[in-house]
Amino acid sequence: MSSETKQILTTDGIPLEISLKKAERKNKIKAFLLVAPLLLFLIITYIFPIGEMFTRSIDDKMITNMLPKTFKSMETWDGKELPSEEVFASFLSDFKILVEKKEHGKLAQRLNKEKNGFNTITKKLFRQVKRNKIDETQSIKEQIMKVHKRWRNVEYWQAIKRTAPPYTSAKYLKAMDMYLNEDNKITQVSEDRRIHRILWLRTVEVAFFVTVFCFLMGYPIAHLLATLPMKYSNLLMICVLLPFWTSLLVRTASWMILLQQQGVVNDFFVLIGLVSDDNRPEMMYNKVGTYVAMTQILLPFMVLPLYSVMKTISPSLMRAGKSLGGTPFVAFWKVYFPLTIPGIGAGCLLVFILAIGYYITPALVGGASGTLISNQIAYHMKTTLDWSFASAMGLMLLGGVLVIYWLYNKLVGVDNIKLG
Amino acid sequence: MSKNTEFVKFDKVDKSYDGKVLVVKDLNLNISEGEFITMLGPSGSGKTTCLMMLAGFETPTNGEIYLDSNPISNIPPHKRGIGMVFQNYALFPHMTVYENLAFPLRVRKVQKDEIDKKVDKALSMVSLSGFESRMPAQLSGGQQQRVAVARALVFDPAVVLMDEPLGALDKNLRESMQYEIKHIHENIGVTVVYVTHDQGEALTMSNRIAVFNDGKVQQLSSPDKLYEEPVNSFVAEFIGENNTFGGEVTDISKDVCKVKLQNGEILANPVSVTSKGDKTTVSIRPERALINPKDKMDNNQTGKIEEVIYHGDHTRVRLDLLGNKEFILKVPNSSNELDLKLGNEIKVGWNSQDARALDPK
Repeated sequence: MSSETKQILTTDGIPLEISLKKAERKNKIKAFLLVAPLLLFLIITYIFPIGEMFTRSIDDKMITNMLPKTFKSMETWDGKELPSEEVFASFLSDFKILVEKKEHGKLAQRLNKEKNGFNTITKKLFRQVKRNKIDETQSIKEQIMKVHKRWRNVEYWQAIKRTAPPYTSAKYLKAMDMYLNEDNKITQVSEDRRIHRILWLRTVEVAFFVTVFCFLMGYPIAHLLATLPMKYSNLLMICVLLPFWTSLLVRTASWMILLQQQGVVNDFFVLIGLVSDDNRPEMMYNKVGTYVAMTQILLPFMVLPLYSVMKTISPSLMRAGKSLGGTPFVAFWKVYFPLTIPGIGAGCLLVFILAIGYYITPALVGGASGTLISNQIAYHMKTTLDWSFASAMGLMLLGGVLVIYWLYNKLVGVDNIKLG
Repeated sequence: MSKNTEFVKFDKVDKSYDGKVLVVKDLNLNISEGEFITMLGPSGSGKTTCLMMLAGFETPTNGEIYLDSNPISNIPPHKRGIGMVFQNYALFPHMTVYENLAFPLRVRKVQKDEIDKKVDKALSMVSLSGFESRMPAQLSGGQQQRVAVARALVFDPAVVLMDEPLGALDKNLRESMQYEIKHIHENIGVTVVYVTHDQGEALTMSNRIAVFNDGKVQQLSSPDKLYEEPVNSFVAEFIGENNTFGGEVTDISKDVCKVKLQNGEILANPVSVTSKGDKTTVSIRPERALINPKDKMDNNQTGKIEEVIYHGDHTRVRLDLLGNKEFILKVPNSSNELDLKLGNEIKVGWNSQDARALDPK
């Protein structure tokens, strides 16, 4: 409506728009109060933890707080030659405080991560400080340099300076098998130590193929479900949903029973003479096991969206296609299939996103060649306790999923998704 | 040009879905080339099943269907070349109007410019030129209906099947579409097999009507014959309105019989009664019975007015006549001199020729 049109008044003379807003405000407040608990719940359980994960993954404040004076005096240092007396003095004063608080061990640990060798020289310095061997009236620089030859090496001081910023991208680089070298350049780790990139690739690969397998198996099932008469389709639906009602662990364990070398499937293969008894194939603790178990477990997530879309497609459309002269294949490909795309999109997106973060199944049946990035995350959460690294990888996974979602939106359009 | 009177032929066709009940029983039906034939019947009477067998989506349990003298039971639907308009149009929702119409041509590998020409022609035939790029969801029900008709005709099929195509439209639109489809049929001379449960639709559109009930064709004849001369009480009941008397034949000659009712006796036309003592249902169309008839009629009775309903162009009067409390009369509203008041006794007369003594109900 253009602003020139005459303002419409209610019978009481109040402008209509204002009156309408007033009438709707109450409803809006009510609606907000209704969703408020859920919103709060989401903020507490979802948004806040993700924020926490993010800060943890880039947080490097610990060392910044340990060596405040050092970093302050280092600001003017060009980093090419050994730093000045002033830097050494402030480092010593910071260090003394840490010794008092008994936190010098943490410092050594942190610096050692930055550059190997700090552990030894920090310990040596600690002993000197403990015995009050350092005379503050003399040149502190000379005295520290005498403690160990590495203190005379400029590279170690450069390493300290690199830890100055309170935030670091090191965890993210590490997740990609990279690190910042002495010149602040992104460098790849040596080839034999690149484990994460393989895991990322394998995760994407497994998620992709599991999605493909789920689609290939789920599409006919969903079609059958949508076209069978009610009494059969209900039974079939129960079969599809059965996995949902069984514990994930039980399902995975049953796959272990089936797939192991002395397992049911192998026994059967031997029985029908497909393989010889002493040459049973390994179907578990490798990718095969991961594929088989994950496909079975994620299949319902493909079938259900497909089914809900197929259920709405009138059977007369296929008949129309055929009566107009299309062979059954043409009628399927030109008429039926395009109409199921929203379901395919929803199913694939769902399965892919679930598969990319899958944890228990690969952990149990994956073995060495079948573990995924989520297992690595769990490993750092539970075993090495490097939570910031785990957070960084978790966030990268989340970012990856968001990218996929964005891509999907570009290609298919989120409005076309139909989940049920 | 002599027309093939057995262009489509159902020959002793039976159909059963479950092996227990016959949905279609011993159907014999010949359809001539260029004919507009309607299968009319209540739901569950087997008419749609017949259509589906002709289209190829169902196979006859027994018997054979011939199209232009060729048996077609073993030909899959896409090779039959029969156009079909579905109940809910079955337009492809992801294709534009143009693509919907081009579909049957594309699968037949017709050249692109030829397709354009044919689609153009078909759309102008249903007066929808300029709607090529619309999606079906952007069209009104009537427009979708026309697209469906155009799509069924665009590839010049020999036979077009229509399965209650107007069922989803409102009354006015339905009527105008009836005429439109009828005109299209007259213009292009295609054979149309039309299925409906709406007798008005069947009467206005068809050359011939096959009335289905209980899996059988009860009567196959032109609309006027069907209405004026129903051969059994089901047809009389199903087509149009109908006053009935149940009774027993007491006397019978060539053109007239005497029927004894519960309280009274009337003369009737012996259609399906042959001898004295036959039970019968006598059927009289409401417009054939007149109030205070001026001409001499051989049935004259007196009835009491039970109800008067104003219908605009006519007034319906319900009488209690010879023990039938549902005896309906239609009085044109041009005759104002009648005194139609509740409880009044009036004289009613009809010719025995119009009172058809049919099989007992």
